[in-house]
Amino acid sequence: MSPSTPASATEAAVAPGALAARAVAGADTAGRRNLFRRHPTLVGGVACLALILIIGVAAPLWGTVDPTSLRPIARLRAPAAEHWFGTDQYGRDIYSRTLYGGRISLLVGVIVALASLVLGVGIGLVTGYYRRLDAAVMRVMDGLMAIPAILLALALMALMRTSVRNVIIALVVPEIPRVVRLVRASVLSLREQTMVEGARALGARTPRILGLYILPALVAPLIVQGTYICASAILFEAYLSFLGAGTPPDIPSWGNIMAEGRAYVQRAFWIILFPGAFLAATVLAVNVVGDGLRDLLKVR
Amino acid sequence: MLPLIARRVLATIPVMGVVALTVFALLHLTPGDPAAIIAGDYAAPQDIAKIRSALGLDKPLLTQVGVWLGNVVRGDLGTSIYSGLPVTTLIAQRVGPTIALTLFAMVFSVAVAVPLGVWAAWRQGSWIDRLIMLLSVSGFSMPVFWLGFLLVWVFAIQLSVLPVQGYQPMAAGPWQFLRHLILPALTLSLVYMALIARMTRASMLGVLKEDYVRTAFAKGLAPQRVLLGHALKAASLPVVTIIGLGFALLIGGAVVTESVFALPGIGRLTVDAIVRRDYPVIQGVVLIISGVYVLLNLVIDLLYVALDPRIRY
Repeated sequence: MSPSTPASATEAAVAPGALAARAVAGADTAGRRNLFRRHPTLVGGVACLALILIIGVAAPLWGTVDPTSLRPIARLRAPAAEHWFGTDQYGRDIYSRTLYGGRISLLVGVIVALASLVLGVGIGLVTGYYRRLDAAVMRVMDGLMAIPAILLALALMALMRTSVRNVIIALVVPEIPRVVRLVRASVLSLREQTMVEGARALGARTPRILGLYILPALVAPLIVQGTYICASAILFEAYLSFLGAGTPPDIPSWGNIMAEGRAYVQRAFWIILFPGAFLAATVLAVNVVGDGLRDLLKVR
Repeated sequence: MLPLIARRVLATIPVMGVVALTVFALLHLTPGDPAAIIAGDYAAPQDIAKIRSALGLDKPLLTQVGVWLGNVVRGDLGTSIYSGLPVTTLIAQRVGPTIALTLFAMVFSVAVAVPLGVWAAWRQGSWIDRLIMLLSVSGFSMPVFWLGFLLVWVFAIQLSVLPVQGYQPMAAGPWQFLRHLILPALTLSLVYMALIARMTRASMLGVLKEDYVRTAFAKGLAPQRVLLGHALKAASLPVVTIIGLGFALLIGGAVVTESVFALPGIGRLTVDAIVRRDYPVIQGVVLIISGVYVLLNLVIDLLYVALDPRIRY
C-alpha cells in the first residue's frame, strides 16, 4: 500500500473544486424548477444564446439561399417577402448572409475564449507557483496590458493575412495577460492555505498540488471570465472585420456585411441594421449569461 | 510624500520599456519576412530590399533593439513608408479630433453615469436599479459602429438635424465644432458610461452599508446630502480608477467611431496605416497611445494620495 492513498482520500474530501461542484449539483437537483425563479436572467440568456446557436449552426434549414450568390438584378432591394432582410449592392440576400455570418462570430468567440483560458491558465499557474519566473513574466504581462486590446489586435492583423485563424490569434494575445493575472492572484493566495501546506507535508509534488488543489478552485472564476472573453471577442471580431483587418471579405461575417453596407447607409440601411441587431443580441446574451454565472457560482 | 511620488513614477519606466519592446517585437515575432509583408504581394525584390534597409531590418537583431529603444527615448518614432513624413508629425496632425472626441465622451459619460450609478445603488433591487443595470449590460454589448450608424440614421438621415459625418475644427466656430462631435461622442460614450455606472453602483453599495451613512440618514440629512456629500465621496476612488482603466476601451472605441464618422483623428491614421501596411506609423500610434494610457493611470494613482489621506504607498 503506497502512502499516497490516505493523502488522496483527504484531498478528495477537502479539494475546494469538488465541494463547489457538489454544491452546484445539489442546488440543481433541489430546485431545478426554482432555477428560473432565482436566476431569470441566466436562464433567459442561455435560452437566447441557444436560439442564436441553433440559428447559426443550422443556417441552411431556415429558408436561406447561398449567402455568396450574386443577383445583380435584385440589388439593394428593401426587406420584403422574397428577401426578408433585403439585399445588398450585389443582390446578395442579407437574411442568408446574417444567418451564416453568425457562425463566424460564435466560432471566433468560443475559440478565443477557450484558447485564452488554456494559455492564460498555463502561464498563470506556472508563474504564480515558481517565484523566480514571476517578476519577469508579470512585467511582460503588465506591458501587454498597457496596450489597448483593439490596437494590439489591429497591429497584429497588420502583419498577418486576413483569415479567421489569424483573427483568433490577434484576439487571443491581448486576452492572455488578463487571464494570467486572475490565475496568478488566486494561486498566490491559495498556496498559502493550510490544505496546500498539508498536501505538501504529505509529499505531494507541485504538479499534483496545482492540478488537484489550485486548479479546481479556479474553475468558477475562469468560467465567468471565459464568458466575458467570448462576448468581447465576438464584438472585436466585428470591429476588426468592419475596419478591414478581420475576416476576409469572401466569408460573410457580421462585421464584414456591415463594412460593405456602410456606403449605403442612406439608401439601404437594412444591410447594417439586421446583422448589427443580431450581433448586439448575441453579445448581450453572452454577457447576461456571464453575469448570471457570476451570481450562480458566487464569483467575487 | 515626494519619495512616494518618485517611486510611483519610476515604476512606470519598466512598463513603458516592455511596451516599447513589445511594439518592436510585434514586427519580428509574426511569421514570415516583415519587409516582404509590408511591401505587399506584388512588390519587386528591390522594393523589399529598400524597405528592409529603410527599417533597419538588415542589421543584427540586438543592434535593431538598441537603435529602436534609443530612438524612442529621443522621441524619434521613425518615418512613414507611405508619406515619407516623420511619424511624430503625422500623429501631431491627427491628434486634435481624437482628443476632442475622447474628452467630450469622457465628460459626458461621467456626468451621466455617476448619478445613474448612485441612483441605482440607493434604490437597490427596485425596478429603477434593474433598468439601469439592464441599460448598463446592454451598453457593454452594443457594437460601437452599429450604434453610430443607428444614430446617424435617426438624427442625420431621418431628422436631418445633425451632420452625417466629418469634422470641423474649433476655428470654424464652436457651434460647427460641437455639431459635428455630438453623434460621435454619444456613440463612443455608451460603453464607457455602462462601465462607470456599474462601478459607481458597486462601490456605493459597499459604502451605503457603513455606519456613518446610517447615522447621517438617522440624523435627518436630506438623501442628496448623504448620497453625494458623504457616500459618493468615499465611494469615488474605485470610480476614478475605472475611469482611468476604461480609457483603453475608450480609445479602442475611438478608432471605430472615427471610422464611422470619417473624423481625421488617430484612429483613422491607424486604420489607413493598416490598409497600407505602413508599419512605422502603426508602431508609433500603439506606443504613443499606450504611453498616454500608462501616464493617465499614473496621474490617477497620484491623485489618490491627494484624495485619500489614508493611502500611503
